[in-house]
Amino acid sequence: MIFARVVADVIDPAEVLARVGSDEDGAALLFLGVVRDHADERPVSGMRYDAYADMAGEVLQAIAEEAAQRLGTDRVAVVHRFGELGIGEVSVAIAVSSPHRAEAFDASRYVIEQIKQRLPVWKKEHYVDGASEWVEGTVPPRAASPTVSIAAWEGGSA
Amino acid sequence: MSVPVRTLFFAAYRDRLGLSELMVELAQGATVADLVAELRGRGSPFDLLPEQPAVAVNRAYALMSEPLDSGDEVAFIPPVAGG
Repeated sequence: MIFARVVADVIDPAEVLARVGSDEDGAALLFLGVVRDHADERPVSGMRYDAYADMAGEVLQAIAEEAAQRLGTDRVAVVHRFGELGIGEVSVAIAVSSPHRAEAFDASRYVIEQIKQRLPVWKKEHYVDGASEWVEGTVPPRAASPTVSIAAWEGGSA
Repeated sequence: MSVPVRTLFFAAYRDRLGLSELMVELAQGATVADLVAELRGRGSPFDLLPEQPAVAVNRAYALMSEPLDSGDEVAFIPPVAGG
């Protein structure tokens, strides 16, 4: 079952992982995006994620469906959080499972790269020195067609 | 007859403008490009918006040439930084 949510609550990685897996699957993969304590050389104390929540939920669902096509199973679960997060807190969890590992790694990577290209979410770093700045982002594709971003991902930055 | 659209501003755009939402009346047949021009033409702080911003119309990314209808929700999308 494909599962995609944009939430304000704390993410429980075990709960996300438990949404995938089946007796057919030999590979189950969990990816976590975590708030780290520095940006370049600058110490970071936390991060605020803002989301265009209505749209982000729809975009995340579309990304999960595209990933499921690549995966060849419907066992894709992804949860992205917004709000104020501390160091070490999980901002995104992606779980996939498939009969073999190659498809699972590919689909998991696809989801995180597409999130970075097109999910309407922004983050503001809070620095230890007291300042805060929006993190420089990626200009999303100008049209709804996913083929644009798939091509960009396959040709683009690893 | 005018076309009212609901515009939304997020993240850095919201900070720059000091507002998150604005109703704008456009002429019949107006496109996203016309909306951007109308807002930027108001001067400060709206001229801080890019000339060619990424936008979503009714929660889907849209081109500047997209025509707008009464009641559309048009979001100005700064470069995204999820993950």
